[in-house]
Amino acid sequence: MPWVAWNNAGMAVARDTGGSRNMRRTSLYGKVQGRQGMKSRMLLLAVLVLVSGAAMAQEIKVGVILPFSGIGAEFGQQTERGINLYMKLNADRMKPYTFRLIKRDEKDASGASAKVVVQELLTQDKVDILLGWIYSPNAIATAAQVTAGKVPAIITNAGTAHITTLSPNYARVSFSMWHAGYAMGEAAATQLKAKTAVVGYSDFPPGKDSLNAFRTAFEASGGKVIDEIPMGGPAAVPDMTPFFQRAKEKQPDVLFVFVPAGDHATAVTRTYAALGMKEAGIKLIGPGDITQDNKLQAMGNAAVGLTTMHHYNADLDNAENQRFVAAWKQDYGADSVPDFMAVGGYDGMAAVVHVAHAQQGKITVEGAMTALKGWTFDSPRGPISIDPETRDIVMNEYLSEVVMQGGRLVQKSTSRIDAVKDPCKVLKIGPCANIPK
Amino acid sequence: MTTQTVAAVRSDVHPAARTLAERHRPRAWEVVPWLAAIAFFFALPTHLGFGTELLITILFALSLDLVLGYAGIVTLGHAAFFGVGAYTVGMLAKYGIWSEPITGLLIAAAAAAVVGLGSGLVLLRTTGLTLLMLTLCTRALLEEAANLGHDWTGGFDGLDSVPIQPIFGIFEFNPLYLTTQYVYALVVLFVGFLIVRTIVYAPFGQSLTGIRENTLRMHAVGAPVNARLVTCYTISAAIAGVAGAVWAQANLYVNLSTLGLDRAATVLIILALGGYGRLYGAFIGAILYMVLSHYLAKAYPTAWQLGLGLLLMVIALCARNGMIGIVEPLLQRWRRVRSAP
Amino acid sequence: MINGVDVIGMLLGGLAAGMVLFIVSVGLSVTMGLMGFANLAHGSFAMLGGYVIVLSMHRLGLGFVSALLLGFVVVALVSIPVERLLYRRLYRAAELDQVLFTIGLVFALSAAVTLLIGPENQQLVLPQVLQGQLDIGITRYRTYSLLLIVVGTLIAILLWLAFERTLIGAQIRAAVDNRRMAASLGINVDRLFTITFALGSGMAALGGGLGAEFLGLDPQYALKYLVYFLIVVAVGGLGRVSGVFSAALILGLMDFVLKKYLPKGGTLFIYVLTILLLLWRPQGLFGRAAR
Repeated sequence: MPWVAWNNAGMAVARDTGGSRNMRRTSLYGKVQGRQGMKSRMLLLAVLVLVSGAAMAQEIKVGVILPFSGIGAEFGQQTERGINLYMKLNADRMKPYTFRLIKRDEKDASGASAKVVVQELLTQDKVDILLGWIYSPNAIATAAQVTAGKVPAIITNAGTAHITTLSPNYARVSFSMWHAGYAMGEAAATQLKAKTAVVGYSDFPPGKDSLNAFRTAFEASGGKVIDEIPMGGPAAVPDMTPFFQRAKEKQPDVLFVFVPAGDHATAVTRTYAALGMKEAGIKLIGPGDITQDNKLQAMGNAAVGLTTMHHYNADLDNAENQRFVAAWKQDYGADSVPDFMAVGGYDGMAAVVHVAHAQQGKITVEGAMTALKGWTFDSPRGPISIDPETRDIVMNEYLSEVVMQGGRLVQKSTSRIDAVKDPCKVLKIGPCANIPK
Repeated sequence: MTTQTVAAVRSDVHPAARTLAERHRPRAWEVVPWLAAIAFFFALPTHLGFGTELLITILFALSLDLVLGYAGIVTLGHAAFFGVGAYTVGMLAKYGIWSEPITGLLIAAAAAAVVGLGSGLVLLRTTGLTLLMLTLCTRALLEEAANLGHDWTGGFDGLDSVPIQPIFGIFEFNPLYLTTQYVYALVVLFVGFLIVRTIVYAPFGQSLTGIRENTLRMHAVGAPVNARLVTCYTISAAIAGVAGAVWAQANLYVNLSTLGLDRAATVLIILALGGYGRLYGAFIGAILYMVLSHYLAKAYPTAWQLGLGLLLMVIALCARNGMIGIVEPLLQRWRRVRSAP
Repeated sequence: MINGVDVIGMLLGGLAAGMVLFIVSVGLSVTMGLMGFANLAHGSFAMLGGYVIVLSMHRLGLGFVSALLLGFVVVALVSIPVERLLYRRLYRAAELDQVLFTIGLVFALSAAVTLLIGPENQQLVLPQVLQGQLDIGITRYRTYSLLLIVVGTLIAILLWLAFERTLIGAQIRAAVDNRRMAASLGINVDRLFTITFALGSGMAALGGGLGAEFLGLDPQYALKYLVYFLIVVAVGGLGRVSGVFSAALILGLMDFVLKKYLPKGGTLFIYVLTILLLLWRPQGLFGRAAR
């Protein structure tokens, strides 16, 4: 019997270390040897049962839905790193609860895989809270399940504006396309003094959101959008040359471009440079997706002068971000940089921990949503809060320009807008108008 | 077969003739897959999402088998019909025009059949690479059109929360607990299977095999080759449309992935794995593929793609009839060994 | 309003895009015409070549031209055993088996690249002299596109000369037209297959590297562009260099023009036109009518 074998082994260790049976042993089992053996063993057993019981009562199951395979794998990795970094830097804030992350692959933006994943997380793993969603179509597809499943769901990326209106259980800590798009539209007219603009966008809902946001704000501030160019889908990076050629011929003051983060953004900067558009006097602007931090250095000289509006870049100089970036580089390598997806994961985990504390470990959906509404937090991107009316995020937006500093490309923030609420919902445009409580 | 013909098949008839005459009779083991499906329902109630997806895939693969395995038309665009069926049901329900599920299936079948007939009449005059290209382009065309018409089709994001009425007014489609969906899909699959089985064993099905094996001779024999091919294509399109419609109803959701190249290629691979030109190839291939993909791909996605690629290469080189091609000779040898004196 | 400069810009852009398609697809056209084999994995050879070229520039510090040569040679050499050992067994097989095999090869190569190198897009960093714009009198245009047009035309001329003026070229043309007859004339058709396959794959590798600037380079390359390469080959006609050249340029131009003036529905037109064209002439624009 194994118990006997352990017993004998322990005694053998005791003999080998040359001590008597009652001496302090290094092994746990060794500890309960000796005259006090029986009592100590019972005590140990009792403590173990209590601790495990307590741990189980306070273990929170978090269903994490991110792409871990395919072209989105790098986004999933960035977000996961952000989550892990939060748990590492704030271990004491998380006590006394333990969080079990159950990670599932949302695979691609087709909606179908995400539905199966969420259904299984809710019915098989019976998670207490859901976290993640990189792709908007997946968040849209799973809204009905999130509502039916009665768990709180925290979105760490998916940016189509009306997503939070699709279920009362959605809270978003990432962004809406309108945060950056609208703010950029205003800034382009008032700060960059642009009168005409051409908009290039990837032809899928976040792209259209971005277009509408920019156009609404730009034209409200006196500018005019003279051309709107859909530039293919998000799945494959198209050759941007014909689109940019067309934009160049219209000779606008600014070219506002939205493409998904990643390889699309690199193609944009290179085509912009290759067609000599900077010399032609056309400024390239856009939301921060086009200067994603971990792709920035590879863009080279072509990226200098790019002006973007975003809620986060790795060069922000507030205390939280400096701590965040330093810890990141320590864990993931000096060449590695966090980006807005990493911050989404970081803040998302912070929200989960907040909910756990607010509900003392027993998470109900009504209580969780109440706890999330109005929650404030000091994020690496600055102070954030969740709007109680829309369950969407309220945060700062930074206008930044890419400059070369000491041989590296750095995003320098030139101005800041505080506490921006999602303009789509404030202005009640289109599907943003129906907000379930 | 009538009793007259059965009486004619007596013991003095050549065994090959008897086999051919009795081929269509259901055999004892054919109940097994259906029993297994029912057992699955009770044994694994939390996995019904996976189960429903599996049943729909089997139906889709069956429809492709009709066209690919029996008629020999190599198509990489069959997802076009799946998508047409899915969008028909989705759009009709989303815009409040029609949301009754069972009649919705019939409408979807009709829509897909129309597309199948139209494309079949036009495409099936070509063969080989040209035909393959045309099927590829047709599917891509429909996908682009669906994206273009995003005001109606929801484009990339798709149509979510499609309202489908409960079956017979009682059994609801629940987004989280898919009991209704599973039973529904199983019944539809059963009916679809019966249809395919009947076609395959009817003279019509035989003529398809003839066309596949030796088109020239079928022409010489006077068979209306093109008409048969188009009819087969249309029926297959209708069944694929039904599979798509069930998908849309079960998920309460439609998007461009129903028309995607990924789906078209996957169903071809499934049929290759299981064995095309055989009725149960669709079943075996779908079960194998989906089980492996669900568990392996979750854990090791890149290794899964590598393994799948290598497996396909091996099948194309050695095991031309997929799993059935591997298992059947072994079974026959075993039977022979057993019955050997 | 479309003025002269715009038209030239369009022409140049479209031609450059077409040249990339041509360089990648010419190998596919010849091998398909020669062997009657539907090789859907041709794009994978282009991808492999692209990776060899880009990585040798990054990690080994090779120059652009040397990297291109290396890519050509490596992929051509690698394709020889692949053809001898694997493809050869399927020449007489049913079309479906050929399709399945090549799809399997595409998956296996994509996964292998993902495992060995990673899923990200690889950046081709052009030498400084090729970045930026070039003044060609009437207008300024992207240097790299101009280079592609020149290189593509040169390759087309070289290939045409090779096919029309050399013995091997004549043998290949004979085998494409009538394999049995060519074999009975004493032409070693097997060896011809291998040479053609190697050359075709080498050309694809070259195309993959040269086109990386426009088409990108990642493990899913072959699947993404499969339909495009097939369209070029099917429309151009199997086994005809001039056919592939014309088809590639037409497709490149059309794609460019449509993206510029009809960005919303552009690709739709290409599919419709391909379907109509193939229905009208199933053998392609320049192919021989079915035997």
